Amino acid sequence: MKSFIDIIDLNFSYNEDNNAKKILNGINLNIKKGEFLAILGCNGSGKSTLIKHLNAMLLPTKGNVFVKGMNTKDERKIYDIRSTVGLILQNPDNQIVASIVEDDVAFGPENLGVAPKVIRERVDMALKLVDMYDYRKSTTYSLSGGQKQRVAIAGIIAMQPECILLDEPTSMLDPEGRKEVLDTIKNLNKNFEITIVLITHYMEEAVNADRIAIINEGKIVRVNTPRAIFSDIIFLKEYQLSIPPVVELIHKLRLNGINLNNIALDEKECINILKNYFNSFE
Amino acid sequence: MLNNITLGRFFPGSSFIHRLDPRVKVLLMIVLLLNIFLSTNYLSLFIVFFVVILFIMLTKISLKTYFKSMKFILFVVLFTGILNIFYAKGTTIFRLGTFSITDEGINNSIFVSMRLIMLILVSSLLTFTTSPTNLTYAIERLIRPLNKFKIKTHELAMMMTIALRFIPTLLEEIDKIIDAQKARGADMETGNILNRIKAFVPVLVPLFVSSFRRAYDLALAMECRCYNGGEGRTSMRILHICRNDIFAILVVLGLFVLVLIINNLFLAVSL
Repeated sequence: MKSFIDIIDLNFSYNEDNNAKKILNGINLNIKKGEFLAILGCNGSGKSTLIKHLNAMLLPTKGNVFVKGMNTKDERKIYDIRSTVGLILQNPDNQIVASIVEDDVAFGPENLGVAPKVIRERVDMALKLVDMYDYRKSTTYSLSGGQKQRVAIAGIIAMQPECILLDEPTSMLDPEGRKEVLDTIKNLNKNFEITIVLITHYMEEAVNADRIAIINEGKIVRVNTPRAIFSDIIFLKEYQLSIPPVVELIHKLRLNGINLNNIALDEKECINILKNYFNSFE
Repeated sequence: MLNNITLGRFFPGSSFIHRLDPRVKVLLMIVLLLNIFLSTNYLSLFIVFFVVILFIMLTKISLKTYFKSMKFILFVVLFTGILNIFYAKGTTIFRLGTFSITDEGINNSIFVSMRLIMLILVSSLLTFTTSPTNLTYAIERLIRPLNKFKIKTHELAMMMTIALRFIPTLLEEIDKIIDAQKARGADMETGNILNRIKAFVPVLVPLFVSSFRRAYDLALAMECRCYNGGEGRTSMRILHICRNDIFAILVVLGLFVLVLIINNLFLAVSL
């Protein structure tokens, strides 16, 4: 996997002046093509600010961000960058432009000046991909939160991006909507090789990622696989991150002298570990 | 309370009227409105009314929905209707103190009320059967010649699209804020009109603030989707004038000519 997005010594503050509080303070990170990266961190850690640098919504005060070798500071490349890297926001209501589902999905390609016939094909394709094709003629306000968010994702897909950034896309949704959106994201990543950068508060979502980056006070404190990150409970607690229930269960069992070597990332693994443990007595 | 408003809403469907080209529909509506104001006698007024009702039947949307759209304006219709009865000079038929009802008064009142009702029906006809996007697209195309006078027609159309898109969202928000303020002990339902209007201020202020937040988010989302004004923008829909459109144009133009002829006949008779 070659590098797709390069973040080099990224500093950002809303004020130009040197004493201003730095929201981002020297971030270095490479995002590989086709990977699924989750970004975790407590409120105000700079996650959202970081993600907005990846498609030139914000520009670094110091340092550089390169998307496929294009510097985000280069104004001529700005639309190339934004059609390569799409961004989904938290509130599904605020990012839908049109009243009809298919018109909203068409908004991106229309802006790019794509030919009408091609737009039609892309819109249908995008809506089928997020499983909203049956709703193409519906009004957007009659959809549920999860459906709205999937329409927003389709709107980005219709621009044929290589990467989608998602800024807490599920935090305003009910559990069902959350599952729908997460399944869509996973499908895009696995089957369509779209790079995913996901900011989330839900650890159950982060365990699906290839890598997790933890950010605190504008700095990246650790980048590693979910398994490595979640095995270090002390570290998680230090940065005020919630611990997935299955991880905590195994951890507490261990503390009470039960000899388990592995850690579990989801319920299935947890059940297997416990089964193996009980079987070892027979 | 807010769910009852049907004025300006779109009801998806696939009827004859739904399938008409939106540009044609907008133009035909203008001609129909002209017809309403040109009808100066009962015969043409009722012919126009008949055609409007015919179009309404063709939309396959229940008459109840149309009636609902009138509910809020019915008061205005009644008010102007009643005022017109009394405020016209002419042959008196009935007198009560200083008020007198005249022949012309009754005629005026019928015309004014009928016209108002038809105005609402015709505009509902358009908005019920045309999706907001189609409507704005049609208007954008129709006002495009104004570009020559440095009027930014695309921006106007975009504003309309977004305004229409956010009406339901903001209505929902108002409901939420009302509930939230009620939970804090706000009294919205009792008192005279002045008090009720005052009680609405704590609803409007949060609505205003949240609208700005939404606007910021939306602008961000639009920028993310490469929006940069109207330049070089294409559109997914391609509109074609088909046989149905031509048929509808002929009907409405025929009506226009008919109204003019009848008007002339009546004028000749009265002379």
